[in-house]
Amino acid sequence: MEVTININGEPVTREIEPALLLVHFIRDTPGLTGTHWGCDTSNCGACVVQMDGLPVKSCTVLAAMAEGHEIRTIEALSIDGVLDPVQQGFHEEHGLQCGFCTPGMIMTARALLDANPDPTEDEIRTAISGAICRCTGYSNIVRAVRWAAEHEAAQPRRS
Amino acid sequence: MATTTAASPETPIGYGRMKRKEDARFIRGQGKYLDDIVLPGMLHGAVLRSPYAHAKIVSIETSAALAHPKVLRVITAKDLETLGLAWMPTISYDSQAVLAGDKVRFQGQEVAFVIAEDRYSARDALELIEVEYEPLPAVVNARKALEADAPLIRDDKDGQTDNLASPLWEAGDAEEADQVFAEADIVVEREMIYPRCHPAPLETCGMIADMNPETGQLDLYNGNQAPNAHRTVYAQVAGLPEHMIRIMTNDIGGGFGNKVPVYPGYVCAIVGSIVTGKPVKWVEDRSENLMSTGFARDYVMHGRICAKHGRITGVRVDVIADHGAFDSTAQPSKFPAGFFHIFTGSYDLEAAHCSVKAVYTNKAPGGVAYRCSFRVTEAIYLVERLVGELALKMEVDGAELRMNSFIRPEQFPYENKTGWTYDSGDYEKTMREAMRIAGYDELRREQAEKRERGELMGIGVAFFTEVVGAGPRRHMDILGLGMADGADLRVHDDGRAVLSISAQTQGQAHETTFAQIVAEELGISPDKIEVRHGDTDRTPFGLGTYGSRSTPVSGASAAVAARRARDKARLIAAGMLETSPEDLAWEKGRWYVKGDPEKAATIDEIAAAAYGEAPLPEGLEGGLEGQSVYDPPNLTYPCGAYICVVDVDPGTAEVEVRRFIAVDDCGVRINPMIVDGQIMGGLAEGVGIALMEVITFDEQGNCLNGSMMDYLIPTALECPDWELGATVTPCPHHPIGAKGVGESATNGSPPAIVNAVCDALYRSHGVAHIDMPLNPARVWAAMQGRAEPPQ
Repeated sequence: MEVTININGEPVTREIEPALLLVHFIRDTPGLTGTHWGCDTSNCGACVVQMDGLPVKSCTVLAAMAEGHEIRTIEALSIDGVLDPVQQGFHEEHGLQCGFCTPGMIMTARALLDANPDPTEDEIRTAISGAICRCTGYSNIVRAVRWAAEHEAAQPRRS
Repeated sequence: MATTTAASPETPIGYGRMKRKEDARFIRGQGKYLDDIVLPGMLHGAVLRSPYAHAKIVSIETSAALAHPKVLRVITAKDLETLGLAWMPTISYDSQAVLAGDKVRFQGQEVAFVIAEDRYSARDALELIEVEYEPLPAVVNARKALEADAPLIRDDKDGQTDNLASPLWEAGDAEEADQVFAEADIVVEREMIYPRCHPAPLETCGMIADMNPETGQLDLYNGNQAPNAHRTVYAQVAGLPEHMIRIMTNDIGGGFGNKVPVYPGYVCAIVGSIVTGKPVKWVEDRSENLMSTGFARDYVMHGRICAKHGRITGVRVDVIADHGAFDSTAQPSKFPAGFFHIFTGSYDLEAAHCSVKAVYTNKAPGGVAYRCSFRVTEAIYLVERLVGELALKMEVDGAELRMNSFIRPEQFPYENKTGWTYDSGDYEKTMREAMRIAGYDELRREQAEKRERGELMGIGVAFFTEVVGAGPRRHMDILGLGMADGADLRVHDDGRAVLSISAQTQGQAHETTFAQIVAEELGISPDKIEVRHGDTDRTPFGLGTYGSRSTPVSGASAAVAARRARDKARLIAAGMLETSPEDLAWEKGRWYVKGDPEKAATIDEIAAAAYGEAPLPEGLEGGLEGQSVYDPPNLTYPCGAYICVVDVDPGTAEVEVRRFIAVDDCGVRINPMIVDGQIMGGLAEGVGIALMEVITFDEQGNCLNGSMMDYLIPTALECPDWELGATVTPCPHHPIGAKGVGESATNGSPPAIVNAVCDALYRSHGVAHIDMPLNPARVWAAMQGRAEPPQ
């Protein structure tokens, strides 16, 4: 079957097997390998992308189900080379180590801040609780999201 | 090292909270992990695995799979036998089937390897292979494996008539222990299990093999923790010239010990590339990772501890180590129980003794050190759990009992009762710092008040001493390879430097930390130092990253290499300044004339001169380089004091880790931000191991935790905001005084958490021990007096 999925503003059309997962569509066709795969069972969150602005686990979405939807991945987060405050926050607060969970964490956190620009620590922990990080112990990820919230409030960058 | 100069401590440049150099690619999604790599014409492999824990293979029928339009080859043990690759050696000198031919010995064992044009087709074709099995009785319990009527698992081994995997191994003095225990005021005896758990890095294991049939060059893309050592092993096993094998790790999505071994899937990918003449990629799925790759722990321990006059005087333990179907335990080859005999902990004991025997069971092989230096985690858990129970039964405070029994600062270097020489430490200082941060006395008051109200609050203390940085080649090797690490440093004529190392980051930030080491030694900004790793064609030989050995061994190598470059810079500077080298003094970044500090040559100027046209001093060759292959004179002994505060829900038995205080002494800290990051990550994994992470089996040998639905890993909701502190006792024999820290927290945190839960439940419910994981069902059973070890 043929599907067309808008990925980071570009329509991508491809003939696929019906069983193809969105995570593999994203990684294979446009070659956007920033979206990772980690578990098969929707537990780890390494594959989180935004679909129509909401975070989804792309290992649990068939590519066919994303037909006609807008997908946004980590690769589209910085604009004209300027990092999104969430990306910058992860760097500033040492919110990553091996980097494998990082794109999923960042996309999850971005969606949180879009809905709730000033989250508490508990709200951040709840929002990222569908994503596993094996390296950081989470405290610095929480700080990274707070860093982004504070700097975004000081300097709004989105229209 | 006698030829190198010491850096001046007064003028630091490299150390400190520098942000990570490697972040730039990761936060943009530009990391390059194994599965991100696509080679032209690349094929995809998938492994067929056994549904049985123990069964004879009657037949394997592959014709339907081969008829799949996108399948190129199906490889079985018969194909491997013709290449001499049906079996491979393990890291512990045992043998392991690459693909099962005679029988399967654990559920998930590799049986066949399909090569297809794409990953989905390869997986689809697995279902077209028909294997006829004749099921056999399985044994998954270490004690039952030793019974006379237990099924024989390793009938492939000549002369093997039982399930013993290695002979009894002992350390310490049993007779001395008998005497000390006989004279003690109190003895506590406890059977405990450190259950089987799994490192479960977020990125699973995989390999791309690319054999060039024309040149014989074998390129391997494989995220492993020891690329140079792996290359040697492949060369030896396959009979290929080592220099014709190149391993490139690129970025690695976590390792934690899971990416130390060579797995059958790797060998299958290599064979697949050889037989097809094309690159073959194999990436395991999560179930394969949890069910077949290196597990950790699985130690059944019968421990005893005793005290006299309020001091701990003896510890002894008898262990049964469960290795699964093949002994692929990761450890220096002369140490069949790894470093377990550091179970004497942080205490000045009068006697200690251990015995360890190892068995085969119908479970996956492994025995890797999950964020652990070769069984030190089991040792620390044993002794700290025994001390915790001893304190409960003596009705004394756990912190006080420890401080009464510690090795004292003036006793270092301290030789313990099992042959280790501890390098340095000030344990009481570290303990008191943790108590200060915790507000220990106030916590005890709060606990007393809550007890009055029937609330279950526990305060758990653990104090650990690790033994890391393996290790001196006079004592240890792995498969005959000395455990040294190389460092090659070249300062270019523009004053920038490249350091190539054999350590392998899996998130530890070597690109930053190692640049800081060189920066400190040479006075070059860390931004101008590139650290190369993860490519055997571009790095020196060394044994890689595990057992917290990067900074203790490879970091030392980098410092020594930098000092050698600095020494050469001095000779060049003497020529430039028309003086003798002895008349020069160093301060960060420049050699200057003693007594005339304005007359100096900076490292940039010296580097330019090293490659320039002007004559160099007589007998001196051009270039500015330093090289080292560092053989550590001793291991390093980081320590730490951990205090955990838990609340146990009396109605549901759910354990909440409310606070966790960790004071680590890992010697000199190069980048405190990165050190703290390592500690916090290890604490989270410790929470996982203590509360939820476990691999269990039913009596038929079915793995009950083969996905992340059942192998539970802590999220942000189970972890508190960690409270960290530090003391710094430099390592006396390490060039920069560092001890290593990557695994400390995973060692210290499980006993602190279990001690806290027992502290909460002992008086009210009489619970003095619960085997991990302390999930609500298991804690509830213990509260009802029905505690059982996990199976």
